[in-house]
Amino acid sequence: MKEKFTYVWSVIRLPVIAVVFGFLTGAVCIAVTGNNPVVAYIALFRGSLASIPGFGETMYKITPILFTGLAAAISFRCGLFNIGAEGQYVVASVAAIAISWFGQGLPRIFLLALILTAGFCAGGLWGGIAGFLKAKRGINEVISTIMLNWIALYLANYLVRIPLSPNVRAGLSPAGHSVVVPEVAKLTKLKAIVPAFGYSSAHTGIFIALISAVVMWYILFKTTVGYEIRTVGLNAQAAEYGGISKAKNTMLAMFLSGGLAGLGGAVQIIGLVYMVNQSPMLPGYGFTGLSVALVGNSHPLGCIPSALLFGILENGSRQMQLAGIPSEITSIISGVILVFIAGSLVIKLAGDRIKAKWGKRAMRTEQEGL
Amino acid sequence: MSRVVEMKQITKVFPGTVANDHIDFDVERGEIHVLLGENGAGKTTLMNILYGLYKPTSGDIYIDGVKEEIRSPNDAIALGIGMVHQHFMLVENFTVAENIVLGNEPSTRGILDMEAARAAVRDVSDRFGLAVDPDARIEDISVGLAQRVEILKALYRGAEILIMDEPTAVLTPQEIDDLGTILKNLTREGKSIILITHKLKEVLEMSDRTTILRRGAVVGTVRTSDTTADELAEMMVGRQVSFSSDKQEKQAGNVILHVDKLTVKDHRGIEAVRQVSFDVREGEILAIAGVDGNGQKELVEALTGLIATESGRVTLCGCDITGKDPRTVIEAGTGHIPEDRHKRGLVLQSSLFENLILGYHYKPPFAKHGRMDPVKIVEHGNRLIEEFDVRTPSGSVTAGSLSGGNQQKVIVAREFYKDPPLLIASQPTRGLDVGAIEFVHKRLLELRDSNKAVLLVSLELDEVMKLADRIAVIYQGRIVGIVDAADATERMLGLMMAGGSPEGRTAADRTEGESA
Repeated sequence: MKEKFTYVWSVIRLPVIAVVFGFLTGAVCIAVTGNNPVVAYIALFRGSLASIPGFGETMYKITPILFTGLAAAISFRCGLFNIGAEGQYVVASVAAIAISWFGQGLPRIFLLALILTAGFCAGGLWGGIAGFLKAKRGINEVISTIMLNWIALYLANYLVRIPLSPNVRAGLSPAGHSVVVPEVAKLTKLKAIVPAFGYSSAHTGIFIALISAVVMWYILFKTTVGYEIRTVGLNAQAAEYGGISKAKNTMLAMFLSGGLAGLGGAVQIIGLVYMVNQSPMLPGYGFTGLSVALVGNSHPLGCIPSALLFGILENGSRQMQLAGIPSEITSIISGVILVFIAGSLVIKLAGDRIKAKWGKRAMRTEQEGL
Repeated sequence: MSRVVEMKQITKVFPGTVANDHIDFDVERGEIHVLLGENGAGKTTLMNILYGLYKPTSGDIYIDGVKEEIRSPNDAIALGIGMVHQHFMLVENFTVAENIVLGNEPSTRGILDMEAARAAVRDVSDRFGLAVDPDARIEDISVGLAQRVEILKALYRGAEILIMDEPTAVLTPQEIDDLGTILKNLTREGKSIILITHKLKEVLEMSDRTTILRRGAVVGTVRTSDTTADELAEMMVGRQVSFSSDKQEKQAGNVILHVDKLTVKDHRGIEAVRQVSFDVREGEILAIAGVDGNGQKELVEALTGLIATESGRVTLCGCDITGKDPRTVIEAGTGHIPEDRHKRGLVLQSSLFENLILGYHYKPPFAKHGRMDPVKIVEHGNRLIEEFDVRTPSGSVTAGSLSGGNQQKVIVAREFYKDPPLLIASQPTRGLDVGAIEFVHKRLLELRDSNKAVLLVSLELDEVMKLADRIAVIYQGRIVGIVDAADATERMLGLMMAGGSPEGRTAADRTEGESA
């Protein structure tokens, strides 16, 4: 039992310390602006956790970033850096809206399943493109996913404006710039089940996200698929030596990663936004997802508390603003947390390297520096 | 004879371990004194203390009878102590002269005087009979010469006491002989030399006295001429070690691995293996001997499917595995101990349990329908850890936390569990201590005796001659010849390793220079 605890602590120590430092730095900043940090943090947590509707608001904030967090986590586990959750999210939201329109006549449960599947596959294929390019051509996935983000955005804008536009389909000129989700394809609001959720927009998508986290954990740690993905991520050369195809697992991990981001896009469209607009910019969830995964130690279950943290910060910032404290403080807090985590990861990596390979060299450098 | 170095009651405590435990060690003027011990016995720590890299926890150091405190390598150099590290510290694209004077350059009013540097280098190399061309670039010279440059560098700085850390690890047999001559010459000039090594043969050939360390303490100091390899090994390991191979005569059986005119290109697109053909049969060990960088790595990786083959055919148990992917090759019946256990053999951040199933992780009983069975995996891991005597607190620690010898045992255990008709063992004892080497050798011979085929790739001639039934020598990607181990002599193999003829030796030097 104690051994187990020590192990868990060794894993979560870093994020916990980073979070503590993040909040301490935030407190200093609040104090500098002439406010009381205690008041601010009470407002932050009370607003986001203390009431059921307030918590509901936090829950709907969590939903998309938990998906994109999982997407980032699984790519990290395979040694990949999927910055393309944005684009995967966007293509999936278009796929979701298309299915919801064209499948309106289907039974609701079947339609919902179809939308989610379409979202997963669309995101997965979008991520898979980058995976394919990486596996077969050695193209860095960071570059290709960033480029694919913009392709996704403008492709989505075109699809929304022309082929999917209700006006165009009705034979009119392309005037509209958004497509709306039909009633039958919407996810249930939590307040429809539990009235106590009151004004909050929380929806059942949060459960889909939580289930996805558990499923991803199972795949990563309990199946051969996960063993192979993790082995490729930790040591691709050893994986190849053990008969594990690096190319295959790179593509698979990028497909799963994109699929999760895509699922997030589909859930967000049918759970909260109810429409897809033409947009000049990317939604931003993909980037928050990278933070979620980093704080969550790239562990699917670790992403849950991590997404909760970012959800609290985002939702609570409004409450803090009401208490007269600039909401940018929360950005400072999350920024500091990330700096701590990224910084200590760099230090740890460098430390491991020095220990593993350069113990001797470190010694020699000392001598050479004479 | 006067004592130039005297270390008294040196103790060095690192958190959790005592690396040196009240060590007494002395060196007389003009002698070659070997520090012998297994990896982790504390040899290097002791020398780092002498060289000022570590501060002893307690104990005193006397140089020429005067008590000194050596706080840094600067102090050590000022006292006439020089150190040649195992991995050379030379600037590859500088010339020999530039490297030697580096850190102590002759200059006039801040401008480097290269002519004076060259003259100084020529002066030192003439005085000690160490011929080098001061204008050659390090990247163009052989490993043996680079080592000579390191020695010259220490002498140029006025070293009277030369510490050499594992100097023979990178040399061919002939180069080792040359080094022996150089060291003898230096002692004739009154220099004193401390050799750190764990190779017994070299101890016996090169040294005057030997101090044996075991687990941080001195076991004894002996006059080398009064001792034997068996005695030294016993002192070093703490028990009897068998050197005579208990290899039984054995008739080789059917051909298991058939390699026919195999050509492989390396990552630069240069042919690293050229038209290589050989067979490995049931119940025999075929060794590939050669100096590092002559195509061994590419040969093994091509045979195991890790890199593509250019042309030729590889057949395993009658089935064509040319250019097949690693999983197919493994399933066709290949076990593989890779040359680099950190890069290929293990996932250092993963647990031993996970490492011990790599390669058959997808097969029952470890996985069924894609679902892994943690209970079976742990059982399997614990069984192998026990059977192969892997020293570890538990199977759930990471592979990276084990010592090199135990890491190698993990790989050996995993590959032996497959019980493959063919085992490819690439430098299976690299970096291991005597005890672990003995273990691996025993296991390889057992495999052979149980009628399996073993392809051994090794840079150590002793190992090759001890284990192999037949020896193929590889030079510049070609098999120079295949000889019966019974007929082979070290001299003959050494010549073959350098290209097959005495003239080939210079050619070998050149190739090495390229790869170094």
